[in-house]
Amino acid sequence: MRHEQKFVAIAAFLLAVSALAGAAYDDELTVFSAASLTGAFGEIGQLYENETGMAVAFNFDGSQALRTQIDNGAYADVFASANNKQMNALRYSGLINNSSVVVFAENKIALIIPKDNPAGIDSLSDLARPGLKIVMGTKDVPVGDYALQIIDKLGNESAYGPDYRAAVLANVISQETNVNYVVTKVALGEADVGFAYISDITEDLADKVDKIEIPDEFNVIAEYPMAIMQESKHPAESQEFLDLVRSDRGKGVLERYGFAPA
Amino acid sequence: MTGNSKTAEDGSFRESGFADLINKEHHGSGKAVSLPCRGRDIALKAGLGLLLALAMAFIALPVLALFLRSPLPSIAEALHDPVVLDALRLSLATSSITTVIVVIMGTPIAYVSARFSYPGKELADSLIDLPVIMPPAVAGIALLMAFGRMGLAGHYLSSFGISIAFTTLAVILAQVFVSSPFYIRQARTSFEDVDIAMENAARTLGASRIRTFFYVILPVAMNGLLSGAIMAFARSLGEFGATIMFAGNFQGRTQTMPLAIYTAMQGDLDVALCISIILVAFSFAVIVLVKVLTRRVYKRC
Repeated sequence: MRHEQKFVAIAAFLLAVSALAGAAYDDELTVFSAASLTGAFGEIGQLYENETGMAVAFNFDGSQALRTQIDNGAYADVFASANNKQMNALRYSGLINNSSVVVFAENKIALIIPKDNPAGIDSLSDLARPGLKIVMGTKDVPVGDYALQIIDKLGNESAYGPDYRAAVLANVISQETNVNYVVTKVALGEADVGFAYISDITEDLADKVDKIEIPDEFNVIAEYPMAIMQESKHPAESQEFLDLVRSDRGKGVLERYGFAPA
Repeated sequence: MTGNSKTAEDGSFRESGFADLINKEHHGSGKAVSLPCRGRDIALKAGLGLLLALAMAFIALPVLALFLRSPLPSIAEALHDPVVLDALRLSLATSSITTVIVVIMGTPIAYVSARFSYPGKELADSLIDLPVIMPPAVAGIALLMAFGRMGLAGHYLSSFGISIAFTTLAVILAQVFVSSPFYIRQARTSFEDVDIAMENAARTLGASRIRTFFYVILPVAMNGLLSGAIMAFARSLGEFGATIMFAGNFQGRTQTMPLAIYTAMQGDLDVALCISIILVAFSFAVIVLVKVLTRRVYKRC
């Protein structure tokens, strides 16, 4: 009998916990957003909640990871991507409300180094130095794609020499699936340098990391599109969110994080 | 040698651990339960049968889906993809090295744990088992905090020019960390099952401790040790969370098969499916192998 009571007690406990966890959140806006927007969209989401009273649930990850999740059935109201490629992939699958697509910001790539700069990096040519620890994104995540484009551009420049590209790639110790992991590895001091966005060097991180800017001739302009999903249950509220991002206040937040609002 | 096989029999019934989970059906061959009412009996059997069918479908369906998602030729084509080849080579190499390390270091530990008691033994045994319960992500961040460049121990190592995090060595360390308990637990029960009388006999007949271990204890425990080693190898091959956090994700150096699946799924699905199918086939082989190995012990009874 004691055993049965125990069993019933455990079963009741598990049921209660799962009922709590399973409580439905029907009246909130689900925004799938590129990891590089974590800071900026976090603030804009707060603004949105204060004004509309509707909660915003964010899923921040690499744009390609979010695209994969949506492709496989994840529900989202709004998708914000760090490049056009992932947005177009979803448009191609017919999951995006095409008329809502809008490029709302531009970003650039910068080198991010730990504050104490253990490897003594001060120029782009240092990236080819043997033994350096570089982190970047995988080829599928926008930040990795952009980094590869920049390394290619530098490799084609005679000043950096023909072996530059191979030497830089040989120094890569890890390819991360979203930019936040790149930033974390550098901030922890586990890597000497990382390819991240200029917008990633936020005030919070200013005491841990520094940036080295990449000249415009070698840099790429990262375009950020956002759109409402075809399956959204809250199209009007989603449009409000898009409008807020493009309003003066939204632009102000984006600018403060280092984006160039479009 | 009759005494030898006798003990193996005795031991085999007490054998437990992970191989035991796989070979469970050998234990519960009890008599069929007879219920007073025949109708209720049939209903019960039908209900249990339905439950079993549901459970089997729940496991079989996803495995089947791996094979049916893409046409097999296009998946086979992905076999030539450098991502797949690099991951396969790296995974096999690191898991093999890990298994060797775990067996060499784990065997004496398991033996000591099975035969001797010492102060703090409870604590030591619990620590050894901890990685089984510990979430791999926790293991990963813990290893990084210990052996990363800024880590507790890594800090000193890096001043000697030794860096561990984000190298192939880190992959192996992560695998050793998570897979060692799988071997040690199995080895411990295998050693516990060796009749101590045999050990004493060998010692009174003049065999040294080392000789007794290699010529008396080891042969009896061998099948259990082998299946433990295979389980550790399989766990290493599947290791994901600790590896991606502690060793990073770089093709050919630290991108093992599970990491390659995770990365490729966001790009080329066929590559991800191809590696998954290889791993599924491998998991089947492991189960069959462990079954055969442990069944041989049972057959002797």
